[in-house]
Amino acid sequence: MSSSHAMPLISIDGVTKTYAGITALDDVGLTIGAGEAVCLAGENGSGKSTLIKILAGVERPDRGRIGFAGVEQGPLNPRLSAAAGVMVIFQDFSLFPNLSVAENIAFSASLASHRRLFRRSPVRKLALATLNRVGVDLDPDAPVETLSVAHKQLVAICRALACDARLIIMDEPTTALTEREVRVLLDIIRRLKADGVAVLFVSHKLAEVLEVCEKVVVLRNGRKVIEGPAAEFDAASLTRHMTGRDVAETPPDPVPADAPVLLQVRNLTKAGAFEDVTFGLRAGEVLGISGLLGSGRTSLAKALFGLVLPDGGIMTVGDHSVPLGDPLAAARAGIGYVPEDRLTEGLFLMQSILRNVGVGRLDAHSSAGMLDFAALGRDATDWLRRLSVKAPDSAAPVRSLSGGNQQRVVLARWLARNPRLLVLNGPSVGVDVGSKADIHGIIRDLSRRGLGVIVISDDLPELLATCHRILVMKAGRITGEVAGRETTEADLAHRLAS
Amino acid sequence: MRNLNLAALVASPEARLAVIAVVVFAVMSALSPDRFLSVQNLTSMAFQFPEFAILSLAMLLTMLTGGIDLSVVGIANLSAIVAALLLTAFAGPEATGGAAVLWLAVALLAALAVGAVAGLFNGVAIAVFGLPPILATLGSGLIFTGIAVALTGGSALMGFPGVVAFLGNGTVLGVPAPLILFALLAAGMAWLLGRTAFGLRVQMYGANPLAARFAAMDVTGLLIRVYLLSGMLGALAGMVVMSRANSAKADYGSSYLLLAVLIAVLGGVNPYGGYGRVIGVVLAVLTMQFLSSGLNMLGVSNFARELIWGGLLIFVMIVNTRLVYRPRAAAKPGPSA
Repeated sequence: MSSSHAMPLISIDGVTKTYAGITALDDVGLTIGAGEAVCLAGENGSGKSTLIKILAGVERPDRGRIGFAGVEQGPLNPRLSAAAGVMVIFQDFSLFPNLSVAENIAFSASLASHRRLFRRSPVRKLALATLNRVGVDLDPDAPVETLSVAHKQLVAICRALACDARLIIMDEPTTALTEREVRVLLDIIRRLKADGVAVLFVSHKLAEVLEVCEKVVVLRNGRKVIEGPAAEFDAASLTRHMTGRDVAETPPDPVPADAPVLLQVRNLTKAGAFEDVTFGLRAGEVLGISGLLGSGRTSLAKALFGLVLPDGGIMTVGDHSVPLGDPLAAARAGIGYVPEDRLTEGLFLMQSILRNVGVGRLDAHSSAGMLDFAALGRDATDWLRRLSVKAPDSAAPVRSLSGGNQQRVVLARWLARNPRLLVLNGPSVGVDVGSKADIHGIIRDLSRRGLGVIVISDDLPELLATCHRILVMKAGRITGEVAGRETTEADLAHRLAS
Repeated sequence: MRNLNLAALVASPEARLAVIAVVVFAVMSALSPDRFLSVQNLTSMAFQFPEFAILSLAMLLTMLTGGIDLSVVGIANLSAIVAALLLTAFAGPEATGGAAVLWLAVALLAALAVGAVAGLFNGVAIAVFGLPPILATLGSGLIFTGIAVALTGGSALMGFPGVVAFLGNGTVLGVPAPLILFALLAAGMAWLLGRTAFGLRVQMYGANPLAARFAAMDVTGLLIRVYLLSGMLGALAGMVVMSRANSAKADYGSSYLLLAVLIAVLGGVNPYGGYGRVIGVVLAVLTMQFLSSGLNMLGVSNFARELIWGGLLIFVMIVNTRLVYRPRAAAKPGPSA
């Protein structure tokens, strides 16, 4: 609508889509011009994914018009969308890990050319040309599985370009990237725009990409709530439009001076992962551990809960030393662990919400093998209520919940065991903005009650909002420590990336 | 409305199976009413199915964890042979009264112990050494059968006290003894899975082994107990087979393995773990027995039956994969909604 181009590359008008009576998109309109970058922001469940699927031709809208380069389209399918140059880069990139960079880049393009035999030289030529166009220096013969997440993303971008992409839709492009990698990505986006390629960022963590965008569109509950030039938005206003309320994050209360030492970790070492890690944690303290991808932060987190067996070192909780490499012993010592990947490591997706909480408390509610289901249910329901999990039916499978509520289910499982220490690995990954603030509130509440909390994250505002102290990890070693109140996001980012 | 009822029916594998069981019973009755519905056939069926039904319970338990126990038939035969060796050596055909009952009890305990040790072997191989269950039990099944052959030289062991026959051929108030045994075991299994922490853990582990580990569940102990129980169920099945055949041999019941797997899958047990109910297995057992007896009466050869079982297994898996294991596909709203 406010587009300066007479003929927008993509125009959507009045698109409505319902699933089984639930309206996912309600009368949404959007235009994207050639060479334009647009932010599509919204919490989980706001309808962003549905809009991507409609543009990609995977889902058909109930109503509404879609036009490519001014030509109104009939019913779309993935082939038609791809032929029009609409390419989606999903969060997992959908690459072939065992094939080389060049093969991955040229794969879709050579499929489209209907050649039956594979020839190496044109593949290489196309790959090199595309890499050059983006201005990236990657070994075309390297297997994709050996690349970092950021480089995999670049390969996915190149693959889209190799297919003559006119619009690249990037789903959650920055969640797996560290700040430095985001800056590289932004430079590439600028080159693409200069080249006439349009980009649609779809995310709930968009503040970092605002600077390359012309326009911002915010969805909430399937409706477009605001649309305007990117310059008029900042992180706070984006959050306000996405959630419909102000979410103010305040730093945590100071730890009482007489708080006893809860956890002592001395010289914890695992070859190839982390080295000589020593730190302490007091009761009621929230300790952040941050580092770039591959800095060893996740291995360290797992080692604290016995899921990784360190080569050496000592860990004590209270006065007792905890055997290393044994999750059962760690749990007995009062350590709880909320994993990074909720869907594969944290939840039993097809099982009920109640069972997902109760699984941590089976021993407490069984006598002579018999399980007291009523007591187990009361216990779990109580914790679901205390963490305000929005679940109409706790017998429903846990997969029916939103990301934020799922995370609370995992938290409830551990809190029901009355732990002394919680290790939270990426506590708000894949959680919408409103739930994120709630989870930070839960962390604050736990620390007030005297629990020790370790937050492992590369979400710097999150660390600043929740942690008393932050340890910086680099190449498996702890290289610095800052007090949460005395640092800024820019300072912390610099410490991580330098 | 009619559509909705049908959809609800299809959504629950147990309800679907109950319909199938009734249909198979009705078809077989219609095809051969004089023979299929005869009292003689009905009682003979009630004596027949507990053997493989007990093995199916073992299959249910291991498949719930996402594993499988292919060694149950080997365990059954080895346990029966150890029991038979004890019975022939110390009791013999002429033993009667208290002594015979005592030796039967000793033999039964010995068989259970053999089953437990064999199951422990499987459990350690799978839980401690991390072997894939399908390969670990395939190999251990050969070991158990090999030991059984070595103990007997491959021939059948015979000459038990008369009281041994009770287990497989006796009746209590007109109800076949093996049927009572199976009913008790099935009820026990339903209790174990539905009412105990162990049962809930088995289902949770099957639903997501990684999350079970991250939830500080004693995964090793759990799997060892599962395979130990499976071995003991195998031993009980072996004792029933021995009693019915009045002999023990290393290669009895070789067709039961496929049958037990088929029944578990037909009964709605998810082979990837996490879902399975005793009622489903019981219904599947009945269905298979009706089918088996009916085909027998229609003069279908044993070889053709194996082919039918194999075909049925694949067919049921395909149907379940589309309807049950991925409930989202079944939950798609119809045009009438």
